[in-house]
Formats: sequence, C-alpha cells, structure tokens
Amino acid sequence: MTRPRLRMSRVSKSFAATRALAEVSLEAHGGEVLALIGENGAGKSTLMKILSGAVSPDGGEMELDGRPYAPGGPHAARAAGVAMIYQELNLAPDLTAVENVMLGQEQHRLGIVRRAEQRRRVREALLQLDRPDVPLDVPVGRFSVADQQLVEIARALVIDAKVIVFDEPTSSLTRHDVERLFQVIERLKRSGIAVIYISHFLEEIRRIADRYVVLRDGSAAGSGDLAGTGEAEIVSLMVGRQVSELFPTVPHTPGESILALDGLAGRDAPHDVTFELRRGEIFGVAGLVGSGRTELLRCLLALDPVRSGTVRVHGNIPRATPRARIRAGLGLVSEDRKTEGLAQRESIADNMTYSRLSPFARFGWLNLNRRRNAVLEWMRRLSIKGTGPEQLVEHLSGGNQQKVALARVLHQDADILLLDEPTRGIDVGTKSEVYRLMSALAAEGKAVIFVSSYFTELLAVCDRVAVMARGELREIRPAEQWTNEALLSCALGVDGPTP
Amino acid sequence: MNEVSPDSSFQLVRRGGGFVRSVVGPFAALLLVVGIFTIADNMQEDGGRFLTLRNAQNVLVQSATVGVAALGMTMIIISGGIDLSAGTAIALSATALAWFLREDFSPAVSVAAGLAVGCLAGCVNGLLISLLRIVPFIVTLGTMTIYLGLAKIIGDNTIVRPLPDQVPEWMQELLRPRVEQAWMVFAPGVWLLVALALVTAAVLRYSVFGRHVFAVGSNEATARLCGINVPLTRIAVFSISGLFVGLAGLYQFSRLTVGDPVSGTGKELPIIAAVVIGGGSLNGGRGSILGTLTGALIMQVISSGCTSLRLPNPIQEIIIGGIIIAAVTVDQFRQRRLAA
Repeated sequence: MTRPRLRMSRVSKSFAATRALAEVSLEAHGGEVLALIGENGAGKSTLMKILSGAVSPDGGEMELDGRPYAPGGPHAARAAGVAMIYQELNLAPDLTAVENVMLGQEQHRLGIVRRAEQRRRVREALLQLDRPDVPLDVPVGRFSVADQQLVEIARALVIDAKVIVFDEPTSSLTRHDVERLFQVIERLKRSGIAVIYISHFLEEIRRIADRYVVLRDGSAAGSGDLAGTGEAEIVSLMVGRQVSELFPTVPHTPGESILALDGLAGRDAPHDVTFELRRGEIFGVAGLVGSGRTELLRCLLALDPVRSGTVRVHGNIPRATPRARIRAGLGLVSEDRKTEGLAQRESIADNMTYSRLSPFARFGWLNLNRRRNAVLEWMRRLSIKGTGPEQLVEHLSGGNQQKVALARVLHQDADILLLDEPTRGIDVGTKSEVYRLMSALAAEGKAVIFVSSYFTELLAVCDRVAVMARGELREIRPAEQWTNEALLSCALGVDGPTP
Repeated sequence: MNEVSPDSSFQLVRRGGGFVRSVVGPFAALLLVVGIFTIADNMQEDGGRFLTLRNAQNVLVQSATVGVAALGMTMIIISGGIDLSAGTAIALSATALAWFLREDFSPAVSVAAGLAVGCLAGCVNGLLISLLRIVPFIVTLGTMTIYLGLAKIIGDNTIVRPLPDQVPEWMQELLRPRVEQAWMVFAPGVWLLVALALVTAAVLRYSVFGRHVFAVGSNEATARLCGINVPLTRIAVFSISGLFVGLAGLYQFSRLTVGDPVSGTGKELPIIAAVVIGGGSLNGGRGSILGTLTGALIMQVISSGCTSLRLPNPIQEIIIGGIIIAAVTVDQFRQRRLAA
C-alpha cells in the first residue's frame, strides 16, 4: 500500500477525569474515503478536534505525508493542509463566494486585494468540483445550504488540502443535494485527497466510503474494508454488545386517551398534525433534522407560536403558554442541553426544580433543606453521579446532565413527557437506563412522546411510531409494522429504495 | 462514570474553597485596599487621618447612594440585564421629591412620590424590554436621556430648591456623617442600606422569585422551558430596582437638599462598577449583594484614600478604572481555574 496521507498513532486525550480518547490510531490514504463511525460521545469529535488543531492531544503522534504534524491551532492545521467541513457551516453570510473562499488567505499586493487573481482561483476550484455555475459575487447567505457547503469545499481546495474531513455533511441536505455532494466527494477522492467522512447513516457510509474505523468509548473498536462487512457487525462494534439487551423494557399497556392534537400547526412547522396519545404509551416520532419534529414538541409546550389547531390534555384545552401547559401536565426535555435544556452554570438542585418549586415554598419563601433532600432522592433514584445537589450542571458528564433534565420532568410530575432526542450525546449505559425509565413511566400510566433520528431505538422502545417529514406527520403505525428502511424512506420522503 | 469517587472528594474541597473565596474574596480585596492606604497614609508626615472612625463615617455615607442603587442593579445584572438609566432616574426621583416639598406637600407624600417615580421609571424600562423585545442596553440607553429630559421639565430646566424649613430635619440627618445619638455610630441611611441589603440577599437566595431571577439570567431558554414567566420576572426585577433608585434619589436629595436634574448623569457607571467589582457577570446568572456592597466601598475607600494622600482627582479616576479591570480579570481567572 502507498504511504498514507494522514497517520494518527496512539492519540490520547483526557478532559479532567474523563478519558475522551485512549490510544486511537488510524490512517487515511489519498484517493480513498475513510468512514469514521461511532455513537455520540464515542470520541469522534474529540479526535477530529485534535486533527484540526482545536484541541491538543495528551499523547500520540500524527504525520501528514510522512512528516510530523502537530498543529498549534486551527490556523496551523489549515496551513498544513487539513480542512474541516462541519455540519454547521462556517461562512460569513454577507460576504460573496469569492470573499468567503479567500477569507484569511487573501491574495494581495501591498495590502491591496488582487481581485482578479482571487476570482481566478475560486473559479478554478469550482471547476474542479464541476460546479462552475455557482455565482461568485452574490452574498453566500442567499445560497442554498448545499451551495454554501460547496463554498466551504472550495475553500479547502484553495488551500490545497491534503485531508478533508466531512462531519455529518448530509444532515440538512435534500436527497438530490446528497447525490451531488457524493459526486463532489468522488472527484476529491480521484484528485488524491484523503477524505474522512463522519456520519450516523450507515447506508450513506456504505455508499461513499471505502474503509471504516469504529470508535467506542474513546477507543478504536474495529476497522476494515466496508466491502464484505455486514451492517450488524458494524453496529455491534459501535455498541459493544448484543443489541437486544440494549433496550430493556418494562411491560406496559396503553390506557385511556390523555392528549389529543387536532390540526396543530406552527409558524413554519409542523403542518396540520392530528393524533391521539394514550396513557401508558410510548409514541415515537421519527424524522431527520429539520423535519419539524422539534417544532411539534415546542408547539405542544407553547414555546413556539401556534398558528392553528388545538391541543387537548385530559379533554381540556390549556392556555398557550409554557406555564399553563406545564400545569396541565406536559413536560419537555430539550434536544439541546447546552443552550436550552439546562442552565449550565446553575446547580443540579436549581435545574431540577425550576419548573416546580411549590412543594418547597411557603408564601414565596423556599425551604432549601427540604428541597435538598428531594433532589438527593432524585439523584439516588436516577443514579445521577455528582458531588451533591449544589454541584454546577456544567461539571457533569453528558449522561448525568441528561438525567438531571429528565429528573426535572419527573419532579414536575408530568403526565405527558415530551422527549426530544433524549439519548443524543450520552453513553451506551445511560442510554439503556433512559429506555428502561421510559417504559417504567409508561407502566405507571404516563405517556411519552419520543423524538429521535436514531430509528433503531424508536423501533425497540416505542409502541407506535410516526414519521415526520417536511413538517407533516406522514404515517403512524405500530412499531412492529415498521422497519428501519421503511422509516428512512418515509422520513426522506421517497417511496423507492434509499441511497 | 467510575471517576466519581476520587473526583467527589476533590470537588468538595474545591467547592469549599470556592465558597470561602466567594465570601471572603471581595472582603479580602477591601481589606487590602484599606491596608495599603493606611500604610501609605501613616508614612506621610501629617498622616493618621485615614483609618479613623471619622473617616469611616464619611466613607460609608458617601458610598450609600451608589450602594442603595447598586442593590437593584445587582438584581438586574443577575437577571441578565443592565440599567444605564439608573443615574438619570436617581436625579429624576430627587428632583420630583424636591418639587413636591417645594410645593408644600407633606414630607411623607413627597418621599412617596419620589419612590413612586423611581419605581415607575424602572417599571417602564422592564415593560419596554419585555414588550418590545429590545435588549436592556438599548432600552435603558434611550430612557437614560428620556429621564434626564423629564427631570429638566420638572425642574423647569434649573435646580429645584425647597426652602430650608420645607425639608424636615430627619431628611437632612439621613446621611449626615456625624450622628447625634452616639450609640448609632453611623448615619441612619447607612443602617437602612444594611437592612435592605440583608432583605435583598435573602430574597435572591431563599425566595422562589430569587431563584427565577437567577434562572432568567443564567439561561432564558431554560427558564421558558420550565414555565417561568420571563417577561413578568423582568418587569418585576426592573420595578424593584426602580424602587431602590427612588430611594437613592432620596439619599441624594438628603445630601444636597436640592433637586438637581443633571446631578445623576454618569452615576450609573459607579453603580454598575460596584456590581461588577463584586463579582456580577454582565452575561447574567452571577452576582451577590455582599460583593456589590464591597465593590461600592472599595471605590469610595480608594477615592477617600487618595484624598488623604493628596493625590489629585485624575489619579483617583485612573486607579478606580484599573481596579474594575483587575477585579474582572481576577474573577475570570478564578472561573477558568474552577472549570478546568
């Protein structure tokens, strides 16, 4: 085999007491696409941060084209030829394609930008990507997401990248744009660039990548050629155990109706959603990012404005404020723990009790001791690992943070739990605790709406699953009547086989 | 998850240290400043006037107006806001109070009017922020000028001077450094400030409302998610702060015994500085009453110390500016070490 363009050997990194990466090695060759697979929290992003110079490793070595590579920062990494295309694009929306591509590497003479030279280079890069149709002088804010992504890729070409990393590049693309992106990646590959491709979608990986490396709990769990490796094999490498014991359930049977939506519509999404939820039921909502599933939950809690339609809880229509909806028995666990779900710089006790301080209050004054005991009890029941109720949430691991968010809706004694991606970014052990908790709650007679883009967990945990796409609730079926593939093609809005 | 047991003891120590630091920290800075000036003062030939009861009485009285207004500002800053109009609103309240006295209303009515004007000014800030959804900085930048204009209208563009016999005796004694009853040691206005500080600190820590204020400032989205009425909390915070501003107006008036419409211009800056020196974060979610009061005292001690050393005014200003930046730098450094 030829010399790899990138070699990472025994790279390690710890954050405080948490080991994020333990001696991970990988090689990326020119002319191939290497898929980096792993669950959230497996260490993919830390590894890529080390590669891109954003984080420096505690141990290990890296080589780029045979030469030692130890970037001092993102800028040094780019200069050395490592380019990252993140899920969230890094463009200045008011600048044109040319300005964005050349940002930080402007061609100039005595401080005067050489516009013609810049345009020539950008046009060349776009030609190389077979997309000479992209306008050069329009602010990129007016581009589609796909074209913005192309501008990012062009930026990588202009710096003459040796390695390009794509981090979940398709999550906000339409199916047609995904096809075009794959063509672009094929071209990059043929020009001798080493491509590292990170994605949750095994189908996509199978389609575009040549080799794979699976990360699990910060270590390389396995690697090999994709041709001849079964999906089940990769999944078991990812989770590190048999899939069946990953989803512990408590038997539960749906009872009377508790929540009824009739034609619920938000500002942009959802459109006209109608369904009924029963006590003791776990109702799954499958959908890709941007399908309107988060907006559905937010409309239910009246966090987003409701345009039309009604929400009935126990047959009554609560007022459209978060407060009234919480009083009526709804509780939401946000998909975004950092910016919405939790006040990161406040204590566990505060975060757990914000939505219901009344049990500890008399005439508006709190009995902090009584609250502390209640919080300790929740910490024990959900086995939240922390130093105590006063600990700041930001010092907890992702899984424990998620448990604090869950404990809040439990303390609130919500009858209807709206869980938005509750297992995102938490370790496998905590995930199965969350699954067990969900079915235990259903067995107690509570109702759960479980939103996820990881369809396997929906099928394993839910009683019924609905698919959302483009803001519409497309189809509701009992979980056993769905397959992963059927969910995906419904979520992608196609009938035929998926890419 | 197996890192818990070794980590937890470490965390306890760290948290204990943090607690001690958060209480002693601002005090230590105050003691340091007092110590430096005492030494410097005693090295002068005719020194020895700095560390005296007399001077302590002066310093406390001089910092009381800023201190009272800074109680409210602490709440606002914890809730993630800021109030640039506090200075001109103090003058507006003082001017209104003076006008009512001059028009021969009873002192009680006049004081009530002054407090009401302050409260209303704060309430208007809160309403504008909540209803128009404009950031506090911009809203209060606007009302800062509006309140200045209103004060000038009340004062007919000049200073409102009630007659000496229209100003009751107690109002003049409120912040007189030398008290007649020796057992009080410090002026009644100082003791009122201490009492209000205790109440405010208790509200922030032990009341449902206080927890909501922290929640809104720490993460507004989380507060909404938890069903906290964010706009109402904001309006309440600004109204309560307005009440403190009204009281600061009374303090100001009791020292000047006139209502000067322009006397509050620029006053908001030492008020904000007191909160920031005391550990308040302009990002919201952090701040303490004890810290704020210490911050106000530190500034006044520096200014008094510089005077006793016969350092000119500009030097005082430069030192105070440096202290503000230093306080925040130290605080940030501490935060980073805690987070690491």
